[in-house]
Amino acid sequence: MQLIFEKSKDGKKVFPVPENDTPAKFKLDKKYMRETSAELPQVSEFDVVRHFTGLSKMNLSVDSNFYPLGSCTMKYNPKFTEALAALEGFCDLHPFLPWLSGGARYAQGALELIYQLQKQLCEITGMSAFTTQPLAGAHGELTGILLIAAYHEHKGNRRKIVLIPDSGHGTNPATATIAGYQVKTIASDKNGVLDLNALKSSLNKDVAAIMLTCPNTLGIFNSQIKEVTDLAHKEGTLVYCDGANLNAILGRARPGDLGFDAVHVNLHKTFATPHGGGGPGAGPVGVKKELAPFLPVPRITRENKGNFGLDFNSKLSIGHIAPFYGNFLVLLKAYAYILALGKNGLLEVSENAVINANYIMHKLKDYYELPYNRGCMHECIFSASKQAKNGVHALDIAKALIDKGIHPPTIYFPLIVKEAMMIEPTETESKETLDSFINVMIELSKLAEDDPSKFKDFPKTTPVGRLDEVKAAKDLNLRT
Amino acid sequence: MSYISNTQDDKLKMLQAIGIKDGDAEKLFKDIPKDLRARSFNIQPGKNEYEVTQHVKGLAEKNNTRLISFLGAGYYDHFIPAAIDALASRSEFYTAYTPYQSEASQGTLQAIYEYQSAICRLTGMDVANASLYDGGTAVFEATMMAMRITKKSKFLIDSGLNPIHKKILYTHSDNLPVDFKETSDVNKLLDDKTAAIILQNPNFFGTITDYTDIIKKAHNAGAVVIMSVYPLSLGILKTPAEMGADIVIGECQSLGIPLSFGGPYLGFMATKKEYVRKMPGRIAGVTTDALGRRGFVLTLQTREQHIRREKATSNICSNQALCALRALIYMCLLGKEGLKKVAQSSAVKAEYAKNILSKIKGIKLEKTLPTFNEFVIELPVKADKITQKMQDKGFIAGFPLGRFYDNMEKHLLVAVTEKHTKQQIDRYAKALELLLCN
Repeated sequence: MQLIFEKSKDGKKVFPVPENDTPAKFKLDKKYMRETSAELPQVSEFDVVRHFTGLSKMNLSVDSNFYPLGSCTMKYNPKFTEALAALEGFCDLHPFLPWLSGGARYAQGALELIYQLQKQLCEITGMSAFTTQPLAGAHGELTGILLIAAYHEHKGNRRKIVLIPDSGHGTNPATATIAGYQVKTIASDKNGVLDLNALKSSLNKDVAAIMLTCPNTLGIFNSQIKEVTDLAHKEGTLVYCDGANLNAILGRARPGDLGFDAVHVNLHKTFATPHGGGGPGAGPVGVKKELAPFLPVPRITRENKGNFGLDFNSKLSIGHIAPFYGNFLVLLKAYAYILALGKNGLLEVSENAVINANYIMHKLKDYYELPYNRGCMHECIFSASKQAKNGVHALDIAKALIDKGIHPPTIYFPLIVKEAMMIEPTETESKETLDSFINVMIELSKLAEDDPSKFKDFPKTTPVGRLDEVKAAKDLNLRT
Repeated sequence: MSYISNTQDDKLKMLQAIGIKDGDAEKLFKDIPKDLRARSFNIQPGKNEYEVTQHVKGLAEKNNTRLISFLGAGYYDHFIPAAIDALASRSEFYTAYTPYQSEASQGTLQAIYEYQSAICRLTGMDVANASLYDGGTAVFEATMMAMRITKKSKFLIDSGLNPIHKKILYTHSDNLPVDFKETSDVNKLLDDKTAAIILQNPNFFGTITDYTDIIKKAHNAGAVVIMSVYPLSLGILKTPAEMGADIVIGECQSLGIPLSFGGPYLGFMATKKEYVRKMPGRIAGVTTDALGRRGFVLTLQTREQHIRREKATSNICSNQALCALRALIYMCLLGKEGLKKVAQSSAVKAEYAKNILSKIKGIKLEKTLPTFNEFVIELPVKADKITQKMQDKGFIAGFPLGRFYDNMEKHLLVAVTEKHTKQQIDRYAKALELLLCN
């Protein structure tokens, strides 16, 4: 498809903007002005609508396709929360209003919403306090580690090391580095969970935190998790929970009860706010009492009369992690989702997420290698190593799935599994969808046996075939 | 409510297939020891869609967005064409995820490439990334990038940088070996240890500056120049590229993204070609398939966390794709001429407001300072008191600068956009005049 810039034509009608109705005339010294206009496209509104409608059709998406992208929880996003996020009473609200004396009275509904969401999230995760500021999951991780750093520093020793299992998300070590820590990787044992002996030999007074995903990225709940958190606490080490996989344990287990000191929650995963093609998400962070004094400001408070306001007077706070209160419209959708589902609805989420993942695991384990052949939680990890012997790799299977109208699973992650294919069906998919996916996967495993060369041609049904990534990185063309 | 598609019968069949003959799904949670089960899960029973909608609408009504507002301070109420909402709410865009599988994500990828192109054309820079969380975290990312480029750690921050962005920068870099100095005269403190100077145009107080000479000096001292800009102002203002800036960032909320009580917003980043490999965040690029057809992929991924882990340029894992899409659609709808018009309209209405406010007894205003759509007035009394009283008259009068600066208790930051009418500005001035008289 042509670029919008390639559709530009001089003389197209200009979109009408409110004109100057004052007697003032525009004048500004030339030295402050740009020499030529920004070469943005000159297109009509209809051109724009056709163009972007056309682009949208070149995407696979949850609303149009099964999207079992592991670790990303691509569940159905209810439509009514979108409608609520478009209400003028929220969209037109200036975030600085409650910073002005008397201004909070004009933002009571928005402040109440954040306050109530924080309470919901505390109960769901077993934490004492929440901040909604972090703007994404990785940003939540950073907030959490900065809180832990501030806590240790307050106790007199910031410590130097953060421990991360080899199965952790790439954001974990990147986060720890930005927070000023050295990263030490801990191996997983043969069951796919943190190796307790390796942990014991790494724990000491220099370790500020352990970052763990629970359930972990192999879709496994570590039954010894309490031993891990207890061991850490004995050394004064805090334990951070990457809450990316909270969907699996909703209502069943809470990071707070498991001994975690801080957790981030990906609202765009567990609480059904859309992924937006890569953002915006939201990564609120919950903490135990001992970390609460360090939470970012402003804090949302409820006064005696029931009015909501802002509190900036936290001496130990790490400061501002986001300009205001986080991605408010995302928070709003998660709040409405939690209200709608309620206790039983949330329990149904984890139940069906786990049933769906185990069903796929059992139906496909005769066809694809299961590196950890045990029950899984919300996602199952296969390896394409059997197929790879015939030259068909996880990437080839992924591309073949695209031709079947299925978004591929996450591939080559976790890094500790060769030829990994990480399948997360989520709770909202039906048995019929899963069965047809299973049939496709079986069909592909047979094709990998019978005619492996076929795979090199996939995908064939997409606007473009396999793209040359090496060329993209070599002959950089990043703009027009 | 429930969005589960499986029936009881489906569940039973699936459980049996898994090997749980009695259909007890609880068995699937066997790895969670009994003593580690949730100690509490005190969540209210679910409600239906109508009930939740009524409740949340009730909350929206507790907010008041009907006051005539002159509040900006980095976040502005510009007009948003309806086509943006219509297109950005196509679920093929908003229910997709990061375009890792490029063939299945050409829509998102081409949009990112076009967004990068539009940002480059707007700022005059060579390359842009696929976006960052917001303008504040973008300052932090730019700072880290300047450290990678220069291998130095001293930063000079111009006192005109948005104070919220400055706070975000300090929080994020609290544990890193960096040295920040705030100054109203970067020239004075500039030396060969300086990694970067951080400027903002227009600055937080609305003032426009031509930084060309300062940037030259910074380059001579071996420093790079980070400049935060207000993208919409670049419809008319001198570009950061024309002034020589190296890393350009900013908050793109003004480009078709609603105020939304603080987010989601959109940070952008653009730079010179030679620094592209030091830039954080996603980048889309052009390539071809085996048949020679043009296609788009995420590229230079070896900078990123999912590959480089602790050695990555940033921990950022997403961009603000949907907000970037909105900004792109905004820039396309307005186009070359429209963006100039909206910038001019905002600036000229602000000039009008400046004029009539300057005539009010008791208001001091630095009329010679060139400004874009925002300016500072000095009142005879505390600005916060006045803004509170103005609320009762139906106006958000502006941002009282005492909130951030101890020596500016009487100063008020007033923002005007193309949406304001002459009549609104006149009524605002009148109300303010009456208050100050009494």
